Amino acid sequence: MKIDVKKVAKLASLPLSEAEEEKYSKQLSKILEYIDQLNEVNTENVEPTYNVSGLSNVLRPDEVGGRTISQEDAISNAPKKKDGFIITKGVFEE
Amino acid sequence: MNITGLTLIDTIKALKEKKFSEQDLNEAYLSRINDLNSNLNVFLEIKNNSKGIPVAIKDIISTQNIKTTAGSKILSTYIPPFKATVVEKLLQNNVSIIGKTNLDEFAMGSSGENSAYGPTKNPWDITKVPGGSSAGSAAAVAADLAVFSLGTDTGGSIRQPASLCGVVGFKPSYGKASRYGLMSMASSLDVPGPFTKSVADARLVMDWISGEDGLDSNVFSNKLRDSSPSAQNDKIKGLRVGVPKEYFGHGLNSGVGKVIREAIKKLEDLGAKIVEISLPHTEYAVAVYYIIMASEVSSNLARFDGIRFGSKREDFGEEVKRRIMLGTFSLSSGYYDEYFTKAAKVRTLIRRDFEKVFDPSTGSGCDVIVGPVSPTVAWGFGEKMQDPLTMYLSDAYTIPASLAGIPGLSVPCGFVNGLPVGLQILGKFMDDETVLDVGEAYENATDWHKEKPKI
Repeated sequence: MKIDVKKVAKLASLPLSEAEEEKYSKQLSKILEYIDQLNEVNTENVEPTYNVSGLSNVLRPDEVGGRTISQEDAISNAPKKKDGFIITKGVFEE
Repeated sequence: MNITGLTLIDTIKALKEKKFSEQDLNEAYLSRINDLNSNLNVFLEIKNNSKGIPVAIKDIISTQNIKTTAGSKILSTYIPPFKATVVEKLLQNNVSIIGKTNLDEFAMGSSGENSAYGPTKNPWDITKVPGGSSAGSAAAVAADLAVFSLGTDTGGSIRQPASLCGVVGFKPSYGKASRYGLMSMASSLDVPGPFTKSVADARLVMDWISGEDGLDSNVFSNKLRDSSPSAQNDKIKGLRVGVPKEYFGHGLNSGVGKVIREAIKKLEDLGAKIVEISLPHTEYAVAVYYIIMASEVSSNLARFDGIRFGSKREDFGEEVKRRIMLGTFSLSSGYYDEYFTKAAKVRTLIRRDFEKVFDPSTGSGCDVIVGPVSPTVAWGFGEKMQDPLTMYLSDAYTIPASLAGIPGLSVPCGFVNGLPVGLQILGKFMDDETVLDVGEAYENATDWHKEKPKI
C-alpha cells in the first residue's frame, strides 16, 4: 500500500518538510504492510468494537456542574487574546 | 530509618505513629531528588512541599497551576487551569504533588525516548531505557524519588515500564477511574493507574482514585471492594490461572521466559490451578491497536490548533506526527472500512478470546491469566529508534488487554542479567480485585519487590 503522504498531511493539517514526507511515506508503507495481515482474519458477521464499557446514552441533569472555571482562566493559555476573547485569523472574507 | 524506602502503607503508618513528620518525609524525598534527578531525568517539574504524602504525576495528567507539557514542545508553556479527577481525589487523601514526570510525547512510545525533554534513564542501569510511555513515573518509584506515582496506560504504558523498572504497575479496567483531565491519546483505551512499591499500595491508590465523577461517562459507579491484606494468601488457593501459549512464542527472550515460568510454578505452589490456554487472535493485536489507537490519536490531537493553547503543529515530535498520519489515513474516505472498521471487528475477536477463557461454561473457566509483560528486559538507548515497527512489537503482550479493556498488573518476579522482569496478571473486565489478590499473594511469598537498584 502506497500512501499519498501529501494528501494525508493536508487532511491532518500537518505541515511536513520534504524530508519528512519521504521518510513517512516509506515507514507508513511498511507499517501498513504489517497491518495487512488483518485481511487473513474472517470477520464475516462480526460486529466492530468501538467501546468496551457497554454503556451508552449516559445522561446527567441539564444544569451547570460544580467544576467550572472562569472565562479568564479558560483562555489563560491562548497565545493571543484581548478583552477576554481569543484573537485568531478571520474565517470569512471581508 | 530509611524514609524513602518505605511503602505507601508503611509511610502512612509511620506518620500516624509520629515516627517522622510530613516535613521530614518531604525533605527526605526532595533531598533524594536533588541528588539523583539530574542523572535520571525523571522530573520535568519539581514542587518544594513540606506537607502531604509525595506523589509523582505523569506530565500528561492535568495539574492545576502546575505546568503540564505531555513531554511535547507544543505544550512547553501550558499551565492547566483545572485538575484531573484522579489528582483531585489524591489531594483529598492528604497526598501532595512532588513533581511531574517525564514521558514519551503525548504517551506515544515504549522506551521514554520520544520526550522533547530528553530520555529518562533506567535506575537499574542508566545506559538502558526505563520503558514507556510512563517512563518517569516508573523510574520515580524504582529510584525512591516518590512514595508512589500515577501514570496512564493505553497499550501498556503502565505495565511495561513497571516491568522494566522493577516496580508494581497497575492498569485498572477501562471505566474504573475517570479520565477527566488526562490529555486524550486514544479515548477507547486510555486509563490512569498507579506505580507503587507493593501491590497493597496499588490497591489503596485504586481505592482513592476509582469511581464516578460525573465527568467521564464511561466510569462505572462501583468502587473497589474493601479487602483486608492478611486474607490475600488464602484467596489464591483453588483459583484457576490461565497460561496463554501465544505469550511464550519465539519473540520471548529465553531468560525472561525462564523467570516467568518460575513465577508460575510459585503460584502453583501457593495453591493455584495452572491451566494451559490459547488466545488465538493475539498475533493480530498489534496491527489492530496501531489502526485504532492512531485513528483516535489523529482525532484527539486535532484540538492542537495553536489558537486556544500550545504552539504550532510543526512542534509535534516525529512519533506523534507518524501516528497522526497513520490515523488520518485509516479514517480517510476510501480506506475507512478497509482499515478502521476491519480493525474494530478483529478487536471484537480479541475480546472474545478473553471472554471464552474466563467463561466457566467453555471449559477453561480461568479466574486470571498470567504471562510476561515484556518479551525482553530493558534495552539500550537508540536500539529500537530506527524502526518504528520493532518498537511497536515490544508491546505485543500488553496490547491485547488494552483492546479488551480488562485489568492488568505487573509485579516484580525476578531478574535477567541484573535487569528486572515483571509478571503480568490479567483479569476479567471489572474484576480488578482478583488480579490484585493474586499479585499480592505472589508478592507476599517472594522478595523480588524488596530489591532496590544501586544508585
